[in-house]
Order: sequence, then C-alpha cells, then structure tokens
Amino acid sequence: MKDATAIVGIGQTPFAKRLDESEKSLACRAILGALEDAGIAPSEVDGLASYTMEETDEVEVAKAIGAGDVTFFSQVGYGGGGSCATVAHLVGAIATGQATVGVAWRSRKRGSGTRPWGNAAAQLPTPAQWTRPFGLLRPADEIGMLARRYMHEYGATRDHLFNVALACRNRANQNPAAMMYERPLTREMYMTARWISEPLCLFDNCLETDGALACVLVSADRARDCRRRPVYVHAAAQGLPAQHHGMVNYWNDDPLRGPAWTAAQQLWKHADLGPADVDVAQIYDAFTVLVPLSLEGYGFCGRGEGAAFTEGGALESGGRLPLNTAGGGLSEAYVHGFNLITEGVRQLRGTSTAQVPDASTCLVTAGECVPTSALLLRS
Amino acid sequence: MTATVTASVTPVPADGMLLPVPDDDGAPFWAYAAKGELRVQACRDCGARRFPPRPCCPRCRSFEDEWQRVSGRGRVWSYVVAHPPLLPSYAALAPYDVAVVELVEDPAIRLVGNLVAAPDAPLGSVDAARLRIGAPVRAVFCTLGEGDERVTVPRWMLERP
Ligand SMILES: [Zn+2]
Repeated sequence: MKDATAIVGIGQTPFAKRLDESEKSLACRAILGALEDAGIAPSEVDGLASYTMEETDEVEVAKAIGAGDVTFFSQVGYGGGGSCATVAHLVGAIATGQATVGVAWRSRKRGSGTRPWGNAAAQLPTPAQWTRPFGLLRPADEIGMLARRYMHEYGATRDHLFNVALACRNRANQNPAAMMYERPLTREMYMTARWISEPLCLFDNCLETDGALACVLVSADRARDCRRRPVYVHAAAQGLPAQHHGMVNYWNDDPLRGPAWTAAQQLWKHADLGPADVDVAQIYDAFTVLVPLSLEGYGFCGRGEGAAFTEGGALESGGRLPLNTAGGGLSEAYVHGFNLITEGVRQLRGTSTAQVPDASTCLVTAGECVPTSALLLRS
Repeated sequence: MTATVTASVTPVPADGMLLPVPDDDGAPFWAYAAKGELRVQACRDCGARRFPPRPCCPRCRSFEDEWQRVSGRGRVWSYVVAHPPLLPSYAALAPYDVAVVELVEDPAIRLVGNLVAAPDAPLGSVDAARLRIGAPVRAVFCTLGEGDERVTVPRWMLERP
C-alpha cells in the first residue's frame, strides 16, 4: 500500500468554543469543502470512514452530500486513537479496489456540548468499576497518573511539559484559524495556572472545541489529475499492544510503553524512511505529556529521553523536529486529532502558516495511551 | 500472613459518589471486599495473578480461577490530586488524591484508590504534601451507601502518616 493512495482534498469549519450549527451540518460543510478542494464531485464518493464516537453516521452523511453508491464504510474506536486509522482504512479500501473516492471526517461540538465524563450514569462496568468510585473521573486524571509516574521514573519536569505547550501555542499564534491565535503563552502563565489534576495544569490540557474537518483520498494514479499537489500516504499503522488498557494502562508490566511503540514498529517496517527522515511531525496532544511519550514510541529518541528531547527549542520552527505546526489540540482546536492530519497535508503542499522549508515527509500520530494509529505522509 | 484490615462500622452515605458497578468478572472482588477481604483473581492452573479480572488466563488460557487473599500491603505507584471541574459530589471534596497502589505480593497488580486518614474519612483527608511515590500503604475498607446500594470499597492508609 506504500504510496498507493494520496490525500487530495482537505476541508474544515471554523473552530470555536461555540458554533451554532449542528454537528451534522458541520460535518457536511467540512466534507463538501474537502471535495471542493480536491475538485471531485460528491456523487463520486464511494468510501466513508470516521470514529465510533462520531454522531453523524454514514447514512446521514451520504444522503446529505449526495454521495453515490457507497461500497466501503468503516468506523474506528478509542476516540482520538482512531484519527489516523480512519485514513488508514480508506487507504486499504482504495488499494484493494473496494472504493475509489474515500472521505474521512470528524465533527464534534465538544466546546459547547457536554463533557463526556460529566455523565456519571454512562460509566461502564469495565474498567470504570476499578477507577470511577475513587474519583478518577476525567481523562486528565487518568493521564495525570501516568504523567507523574513518567516524571518520577525519568526526571521529567513541568518545564518539559511547558516546552510542549509553548511550541503548540507559538505555532497557533501564527495560524489565524487557531482558537489561540491571539493568545500568547508565557512560562509565568504556565507555572501559575490552576491545576486540573496534579501534576497537570490547565495548559497541559487540550482545548474544548466546536468544529469539523475532513479529507479526501484517491488512488495515486487518480491523484495526479486532481486540483492539488497529492500528499501520498507512504505508510499507515494501528497499534494495540499486548495487555494494554486504554487510558488507564496501569495493569501490565510496563505501563509507560504505550500503543505508540506498537504502531511505530508497524509503521517503520512498511516505510522506506525512518524517524531521522521526518521533516515535521503532528503529534497527538490531548495532554502535553503524550508528546514525550510519543517521541519515544516513534523512535525520535530513546526510552525515557522524550522530555529531554523537548529542550533547546527542539519542537519550535527551525528545531530538531518542528511539531504541531498549526497549534495542535493544545492551541489550534481539539477535534480528536483530525486537525493534525489536515495540517500534515498543508505542510507537504507548502501552505502551512508555519511552513517548514522544503518539508517532504510528515509523521501524523493519533492518541497515545489508547489503542492508536499513525500515518507517514510524503509529497 | 494476612495483615489485619479495618472496616468502618457504620456505612458512610454515598452523597452522590459513584459506586462501583461490578461486571460478572469483577463481582467476586466486591463480594470479598464486603467481608473486609482484599483478594485478587489468579489462575488455578498456572498460578498467575491477573487484574482486572477476566474470564480466562492470558498466560495458559485456563478458565479455572481462584481468588487469592493478599496482605493488603502495598506501595504508591503514582497519584494525582484532582481539582475542579469535577462532578458536584467530588468537587465538594476537592482537592483530593487518587493513587495507584502496587501490591507487595505482586507489583504488577495495581489498584486505584484513595489515601485517607481513617477508613471512613472523606476523600482528601490526607495532606497531599505527605504523598510520595513508593510510600508504603495498607488497605482498609469503607462501606458506602445504604440498603441495596451498599458497597464496600478498599481504601489506603499511609504506613507512616
Ligand atoms: Zn494460567
């Protein structure tokens, strides 16, 4: 499947704490925008992929946009862990002839809508019976637990987490579409911010966003005739490690070795490139600490070295690995990581608001600490 | 050797706290907890302990299990201190700690729980500044809720408060 397919269209709505339109309307706007960007008629769409948490299903999308007969549709679980997998499933479908024009999307009103953890009645027996009664209620609590252990084992500090938050914020300050476009972040603001779940403060947490995004995939042959420069999917992978528990990965021998390691092994095995060849990365950042964990998992540094990797402006423009160049989930928008995919495409088209000069390879990752996925894109 | 466990005598009102909703695999854990016993599932054939409970042994695939009583002694593996926004009943107690405790018998068996000053003391009753990764702790039990809702949960006290 190497380079057999390409992303030829991207679309998005505005990002805001509150948008008036429904998730379904936002989904349709993002999808139609992506098809317009590609120069492909909606009636040609025959493949659809999204998240199990997506509220607008394939039937509704296909009816609304006027899709033709759809011959492949797929949903991926585990929240933000499924972002890249939506594209990966379309890659497989197009490469094996099950579809010719695939659309992946995510629409979510997480900014003005309810917080998932706020619904106490929705707690599931497993593994919530082992965590919720003790007040481990929110994703920030579950990941905060791993964050403190990580800091303890490897000497990571709040300054390392700040490096991640700052790099994302600095890129958002260059991106007019970002929710934090006009909101600079300082070390003083970070260090005095209110706690959410110690050791994680407000700025270690992603934004709460209303918005939707989509992208369009076709075969590499067809991509050459599309409106935009094709961005090829060089490799794609999913990862569910042995004995892994999503979010609360406390119950195996090595809890800090997360799904990123499994996805990375599969990704690099099928790629002609390695971590050293990556020009720019879009690393899933629902929480700052997921970035050092992912840097280790995807092989940019050794085990336990992810925090130190962030030092010296490594994640900034011109650094060793420019990261989340539209601002990421921390500072552009949090739409379950789909904005990382579209920004990866913009980097390889040369149209990012924080363009890495001559970028030709981009790693995009989905949520770490849940069953995950990743894409290696090239121009 | 089984250390003494302490159970609170009178149930503490649940006051909007979330009570565990056991599944089939987890039900024995809560049944033993109601008797003031901390037990973990283990394979009857190969002896491997496993947590959370599940139908068969991931090492030898046996469906035969037993619930081994453990000493209730452990160490803090990690912890957070939760601040609002939280569910109202938890926000009222914030900031409070939540810890993951590894059992001395088997450090890969880790339980989420709260460090408290006494078995029936509220969440947040231990000064967070006292908490350290590696701190030795012991299990105590607290019965929450009333009537059919009654459920006994393990909690943890610092060995050296
Ligand atoms: Zn066994």
